[in-house]
Formats: sequence, structure tokens, C-alpha cells
Amino acid sequence: MSDRTGFLARRAGSSGIRRGEAAAGWLFTTPVVVIVGLFLFIPVLMALWVSFSDWGGRGSPLSGRVNFVGLDNYTAILLDGGLPTRDFGTAIRNNFWYVILVVPLQTALSLLLAVLVNNAVLRGRGFFRTAFYFPSVTSSVAITVLWLFLFTGSGVVNQVLSWVGIHGPNWFNDPSGIVHGLLGNLGVETGPEFLTSRAFLGVSFWDWLAGPSMAMTAYILMAVFTTSGTFMLLFLAGLQNVGHDVQEAAMIDGATSWQRFWKVTFPLLRPTLFTVLTLGLIGTWQVFDQIYAGTAGDPGKTTLTPAFLSYQRAFVQQGWGQGAAMAFILFVIILVFTGFQRWVLRERTPKPKGRLAEAKAGTP
Amino acid sequence: MKRQTRRRFEVLALLLVSALVLAACGSGSGDGNGDGGDGDLTSSDDPLTILIGSSGDAETNAVQEAVAAWSEQSGVEATVQVASDLNQELSQGFASGEPPDLFYLSPDALVGYAANGSVKAYGDLLENKDDFYEALVDNFTVDGEFYCAPKDFSTLALVINDAMWSDAGLTEDDYPTTWDELADVAAKLTTDGRVGLAFGAEWQRIGVFMAQAGGALVEDGVAVANSDANVTALEYVKEHLNDGTFAYAADIDAGWGGDAFGKQVAAMVIEGNWMNGFMQNDHPDIEYTVVELPAGPSGKGTLQYTNCWGMATDSPNQQAALDLVEYLTTADQMLAFAEAFGPMPAVKSAADAWREANPEMAAFLAGAEYAQWQPVVAEIGSVIGDFNSQLGSLKDGDPKALLDTVQANLEAILTE
Repeated sequence: MSDRTGFLARRAGSSGIRRGEAAAGWLFTTPVVVIVGLFLFIPVLMALWVSFSDWGGRGSPLSGRVNFVGLDNYTAILLDGGLPTRDFGTAIRNNFWYVILVVPLQTALSLLLAVLVNNAVLRGRGFFRTAFYFPSVTSSVAITVLWLFLFTGSGVVNQVLSWVGIHGPNWFNDPSGIVHGLLGNLGVETGPEFLTSRAFLGVSFWDWLAGPSMAMTAYILMAVFTTSGTFMLLFLAGLQNVGHDVQEAAMIDGATSWQRFWKVTFPLLRPTLFTVLTLGLIGTWQVFDQIYAGTAGDPGKTTLTPAFLSYQRAFVQQGWGQGAAMAFILFVIILVFTGFQRWVLRERTPKPKGRLAEAKAGTP
Repeated sequence: MKRQTRRRFEVLALLLVSALVLAACGSGSGDGNGDGGDGDLTSSDDPLTILIGSSGDAETNAVQEAVAAWSEQSGVEATVQVASDLNQELSQGFASGEPPDLFYLSPDALVGYAANGSVKAYGDLLENKDDFYEALVDNFTVDGEFYCAPKDFSTLALVINDAMWSDAGLTEDDYPTTWDELADVAAKLTTDGRVGLAFGAEWQRIGVFMAQAGGALVEDGVAVANSDANVTALEYVKEHLNDGTFAYAADIDAGWGGDAFGKQVAAMVIEGNWMNGFMQNDHPDIEYTVVELPAGPSGKGTLQYTNCWGMATDSPNQQAALDLVEYLTTADQMLAFAEAFGPMPAVKSAADAWREANPEMAAFLAGAEYAQWQPVVAEIGSVIGDFNSQLGSLKDGDPKALLDTVQANLEAILTE
């Protein structure tokens, strides 16, 4: 990378034998520049413009009939407090719970599966690898339909639950949040005044704390089920990169297998962990197809997500500006989350400690 | 330092180039002629494209045949395309500046497209304009302009399972005509694992009770959602949801009312003309009767559903499109459509013939006299969506508070 920039920076004033290289460089990169520009850069810029315009969906958004409306679309979604704000707040609330439950669960599960199938003494490893990966290759629409059947009120899941004496909820039709449900069991039916009276994005703090609804919980289980296989593959690749010699050295030092995993293998998996968490965050914030094919935001708007709301607002209700604005707000949210995650997982220079530190401190 | 400025210049140059490309894209398309509203129609030799959202082969074939017959007669080429996602395909068409000439259009979608000028208001140019039911014309009138010709319509009625009815010791004389009678028969029909009456948890069904109580969502352009009449209606529904004689379809493991009826977990449902085709295809062995919905405190009430033949402002051949619409909305053609795939003809002149051909469905047509419909206001879809999301918890909810939210939401979109 640094070679390339060096090359590009040098090109202008160059002479002699390197004279033609700049032109050749541009020539070779032109196809990619054009393709990326045409299919990525320009559409993104156009969408950005739409989010600041009153374009209603007729003709080109760049024609003379379309006006610049400043931040109107953004304020309608974020500040006005009307239905658009409440809808967006609800969608963010739902998706937030989805993200903070799915990402850790799927990461932990995929790591566990990867460690299991990486085990050299496991019989039929090939079979298990395929079996765990299988849900990931199936179309998400097909799995959604399957899920809708499994989680009906009298469906398979509830039948199984009834064997252990649990009366299962009517999953995809139950809008009650699980945190509210748990609090309800403890006798807390309505929130305290300071939570119910204040609101963010048109949704009261008490409702922010509702937790995912039963319907969303079913989607959460589905996401964990379908994506763990993919991330298991990534972890598996990471595990196989951890050299045998490192393990052997740790063994000679007398580390138990538990210590070897947490003190040697796991730290070496950090790059993979970073990839998995980043992909997980992006994927979960953008959840769309399950919602589109399944509940379309019902019951009680508890499976509404920003991506789906943006689609609905634009394609169904012709609110293109607000739809585009939502997409950009979502983009910022994803950036912030990824940045935060990067910061948490950053490579820390280990502080000198123990005897070595004392020895260093001792030397003049 | 110098290197950095040069880099900046490069980025700036790239942005400029993209801006130019964008501008070039912009001037290429779009700015079509005509701005909707006035009487002049475009005319050319261009073939017509008709985009429909079909319920199945029966509908597709019927429309294709009718359009082909018109093509033969008029000499204008016309192709019928079936959309898998009508909203999305229409949006794409309008954005590209080359929309289909004619298309199915719901009143919901009409408001949005009327606002951005995508659809042509041609209703007043129709020769058979006076033959359409007034309620349907009103349903497609936005800001005083009659936009498009209704293609057919449905109303809601009470659908009763005959076997369950007679098993409960009820006869033809017991068909409910008041709310009390409805509650009474629903209680008699409720058994273990079966409810008396089922309907979806949505305004699109529960709205009939509001209409029967004398309520509405919008009256003369003013939001009236939290009227006493509406509160009475929701309280009636709530009471019987709680005593177990009424139930939402979703709560008894059915996708919608018809599904509950077919699975025989509900003895009565509130559904529309589509029940006919659904029962024939999926549950041909269940005998049922369709009667008018009972009257509430303020009389009879139901809801109507309809679509129209939308015409694109950017269509280059509106004259031919209008001609095709007139052909498709003749009494004979509408009767043929009704026979092929269900809904009722939208013209009065076809009423007698339809009633004769479908005596058992007469209750649906009777509903046309007093049906209400979804207000034709921009963004009504999201307000009703929000209402529906709250209706799901009506059982434990407070009807007045619920309707107050709807009122606030309606006021917000009506003042815009």
C-alpha cells in the first residue's frame, strides 16, 4: 500500500525511465475506478442528495423539479417527535436489542463450534463441519418460512417446551418485550416516573428498556442459528493458523489446556475476532430480508428495523427523502459501533510489570 | 506538505468529475411532458404496457384476454406484465421516467403518486363516469380531482360456517342483526378450541364496528378518531375479546380470518369477496353463508376495498390508455372479470346481472350502500399501521388512550 502511494506521489515530477508509469498506472486502474464510481460512488452520492431533497420518486432526482430542503428529512426522523420519529426510534430500539444479543451469542457459539470441530480426535469432523455450516448456505427466506412454522403458537417449539412444563408464547404474534416480561414477573408492571416521562426519539426510556419482543427473540435465535456456521469457518481458519509450535511451547511450560486456550490461542485469534465482530455488527444492523419475508414489522412494530422502515418509507409511502436519510443515519450508527469495537480490541502495548518492571525501575 | 496539497487536489478533481457525471445523468431523463391534472392527453403510436399485481392465473389470463381483445379491435399493441412486487416496480418505473402506461393502483398508493405528479387524473374524461358507484369515485378523489377508474371492489360481510351454525341449534332466523345478537350467537358458537367470531387485529376489520357505532377516522377532512362512537366500538370489541367469544386470527394460530375459518377454529369471520375464491380452492368441502354485518348503535356499517386503473403522467399514449380503460370498465367486461376472479363490478349497470349470477354473495353488494373506506390522505398508511400495531394489545389496553394516539397522528398528517 505504502509503495503504491509513494509511486503515485512521485509520478508527477518524474522523468527518464519512469516517465510513462503514471499514465500506465491510471490506464490499468481505470476499469476499477469506472466500475466502482458508476455502481458505488455515484449511487451513494445520489442517495445522499435525495436525503437532503424533496424528491418524490418521479423522474430523476437531479431534475429541476427537485428542491433542496436542507435537514428537513433528518429533523422529521430525529427531532419532530411525530409518527416518523416514533417509528424510527422504535426501529432503532428493536434493532439495538437485536444487535447486542445476536453479536455476542453468535460470536461465542461460532468460536465454540470451531474449537469443537478443530479437535483432531473428534470422529466425523467433516460431517460436523458440514452440518454446522449448512444453515448458512440455505436462503434466509426459506429459513424464515421454516421459522414461522416452528414458532407458531401450537408449533414444534412450543410442543417441545410443553414437555418440560413450559407454556410457550405465541412467538411471532407476541409484542411483549422480554425485559418488561421479566420485570412483570417481579411485580413491576409500569415503569417509574423518571423513565416513562422522558423520551428519546419519541420512545420513552421505559420502552427503550422493553427488550426484544417474543417475535424479535425468535429472529434473534434464527440469526444465531444461521450465521454461526459462517463465522465458525472464519474461526476455524484462524485456529489452523495458530502454529503447533506455540502450543507445544506452552505445554512444555506446563500450561493446562484451559490456560492454553485463553492465554495462547484466544489472543492469537484477535484478528479473526475483529473480523467476526465487524461483520456481525454490520450484518445485524442491516437486518432486512427476514423481516421483509416474515413479519413486516408486526406485531406491534416490534420487529420493525431501520433498514425495513427505510424501504417501507421510500417504496411504499413515497417518502424517498426520509427513507434515504434513515439509510445514512444507519450508516453513521454502524460506523460508530465499528469504531468503538475497534477501539476496544486495539492492540495494547503491554505495560511493563512484575519482576521485569521492577528490574527496569531499579536500573539507573 | 507539498505532497499533501497535491493529494487534496486529486480528491477535489475526482469529486468534480463525479459531479459532472451526475449532472449528465440528470439531464438525460426525467423531465417528461405534462404535469397531471388538466384534460389534455398525450397521443402517439406507442404500444401500451399494463402492469398488474395478479392474485393468480385466473386473473392474469382474464386480463390478458380482455386486453388482447381490445388490441385487436383498436389496433394498438398492448402487453400485460405481472408484477411480483407492484409498489416496487411502479416506483422504479416512475423514477426512470418510463413507467407502465396503465397499472393497478390502490387508494393508499394513489395519494403518494398523486402528490409527486406520477399519475394522471383522467376520471372526469371517462365516458362512463356516472356509471361508477359514488363511493368508489370518492375513494379515488384526491383534492377534489377524480383520478382513476375503479376496476372492481369488495366489501366486508359476516361469513358463517353452516355446519357449526346448525350444530349450535341456530337457524336462518338467528342471523345477527344487532351487536347484542352477534355477541349472543358468538357465545353459542364458542366451544373448546373454537371461537365464535374471528378477525384480524387491524383497523381494516375492526373498522366495521367503528362504522356501525357511527364513527370514522376522518370526516370532511377533520380527524375524528377519538370520538365517543369509536370508543364504544372498541369497548365492545375489547369486552368480547376478553370473554373469549371473539378472537384475533393471530391469537388462534391463523394467518388471517379466512385461514381461521378454513381451519375451523372460528365459526364466523369478517371477510370480503375474496373468501369465495379462497374457499373454493383451499376448503371446497366447507359449507358457508354470507350475511350482512349486524347493525350497531348507529346502523349498518362496513368497509370497502378497491383498486383502480392508474394512468402514468409520463405515458406517451394516454389517449389509447383511456380508451382501454373504458373498454375494461364496461358492464360486460366487469362481469366477466367478476366471474373469473371474484371482486364485484364497480359500475351500477352491472349490479343486477351480478346479483343474479351470485345470489349467495348478495350481502357483499348490499354493503356498497353504506360502506366506509380508508381516508385518502397522504401518509395514512403509516397512521393506520400504527393504529393496527396498538390494536394487537386492545385486550389489555385502554380504547380511549389508543384512539387519542390515532387522533394525534391523524391531525399531524391532515395539517401538512
